[in-house]
Amino acid sequence: MRALEPHAAVVRITHWINAASFAALLVSGVAILLAHPRLYWGETGAFGTPSLIDLPLPLVLTGQSGWGRSLHFLSAWVCVLVGGAYVAAGLRSGHLRRDLVPVAADLRRAAGHVRPRRPGGDDDLAYNPAQRLAYFAVVAVLFPAMIWTGLAMSPAVTAVVPFLVTVLGGQQSARTIHFAVACALVLFLAGHVAMVALSGFRVRMRGMITGRRAMSPGRA
Amino acid sequence: MISRRRLLTAGLTAAAGASGLAMAARLAARYGLVPPDHGGLYGAGETITYAAHRLLTLHQPLAREFDRSQISRVAPVNGGPPESDDYQRLLRRNFAEWRLEVDGLVARPSSFSLDELKRMPQRSHITHQACEEGWSFIAEWTGVPLSDILARAGLSPRAKYVVLYPFDDFWDSIDLADALHPQTLVTYGMNGRELPAGHGAPVRLRVTRQLGYKSVKYLSRLTAVETLADVGDGQGAGAVAYGYSWYAGI
Repeated sequence: MRALEPHAAVVRITHWINAASFAALLVSGVAILLAHPRLYWGETGAFGTPSLIDLPLPLVLTGQSGWGRSLHFLSAWVCVLVGGAYVAAGLRSGHLRRDLVPVAADLRRAAGHVRPRRPGGDDDLAYNPAQRLAYFAVVAVLFPAMIWTGLAMSPAVTAVVPFLVTVLGGQQSARTIHFAVACALVLFLAGHVAMVALSGFRVRMRGMITGRRAMSPGRA
Repeated sequence: MISRRRLLTAGLTAAAGASGLAMAARLAARYGLVPPDHGGLYGAGETITYAAHRLLTLHQPLAREFDRSQISRVAPVNGGPPESDDYQRLLRRNFAEWRLEVDGLVARPSSFSLDELKRMPQRSHITHQACEEGWSFIAEWTGVPLSDILARAGLSPRAKYVVLYPFDDFWDSIDLADALHPQTLVTYGMNGRELPAGHGAPVRLRVTRQLGYKSVKYLSRLTAVETLADVGDGQGAGAVAYGYSWYAGI
């Protein structure tokens, strides 16, 4: 057996930068939400109008949204630029097409891979069907949806491209979808971290940090 | 192992990157793409956002406008009108003695009474206004385009910003892209009535492509300037000290 393909440097670097920017986006997103923990549907919504969801969060009006917004947009820029570099490199090297884009059989076989497995054997030569579906959803669906709904809340951006917000049903709808997709990303993160922890934490972490993955039996 | 060639390539790439950044910074400063609160922890984010938005809106697109049927029944306000004696006295007399001062880099420093503003050509729009907290409403605003007021005072070609002084502490400023934008109004009417005190009487600026806090209430003076560095603490707005961005188009 041969040694497993290492994660490419560009994958490892963009992974960790975006992990940090996602953490910052999450913390600052909650800080912003505390200033008005209610969600609406349509163009408008405020205290005194019916809400779609009242979130079980405290209402904090003592200026947490100022730094929250600044940190949110700074980390959003990092996330978008670094994510863009990852996608560009992945398209160029064929990594996205080869390793991420799910094939029809993945849908059937994904369930068999949800149980964590220790590294080793031919299975680890590529992402398994469950990984492919999850990573593809994050890269091609959830992050683009976050960027879209984020931009749809901007009064300057929607002056340039009104379609971004009108197609979603309004500015408050965009805010609500932004929150829902953020929840989906948090669920992914929880599953991702759990799978890493249960399938050989040290080997997996070493693989994503140094690029060196599990060695094949006999050479270790 | 790092070969000499690789070291050289890496060094050249780093040098090219650094000089590219320096060039970008110089160009950004020259074309007015650097916000006054570009320093500090979040300055890079503020600058990229502001520069990107200004490049995207070079053609001065209008913010979305709505039908009369979409006007919100509820239009909340944050905080009440100023409690200062000056303001309360003017309010009791229905702003008969109030005047909007226009000074700084203008050929003819001027002042306008409420009646004088109301006799100038009027414009209305029904627009969406979002608070940075997250809530929003749609209302109809009526007033005079700020560009008309600046033209009457003879705005100097050297001016790059308009500083907005209200009766409370929330002084602010906007760049010329927003000051001269056709939807930027000095409003005295809201939803077909006089502007209510809580919404900023006697006049409130409406900046349609930014969040609500840039639509400064209770206006008393406008000052045209070339740079914001010598105004207040140099950060462009009183709210910056409390962590709020000078540019709020997002």
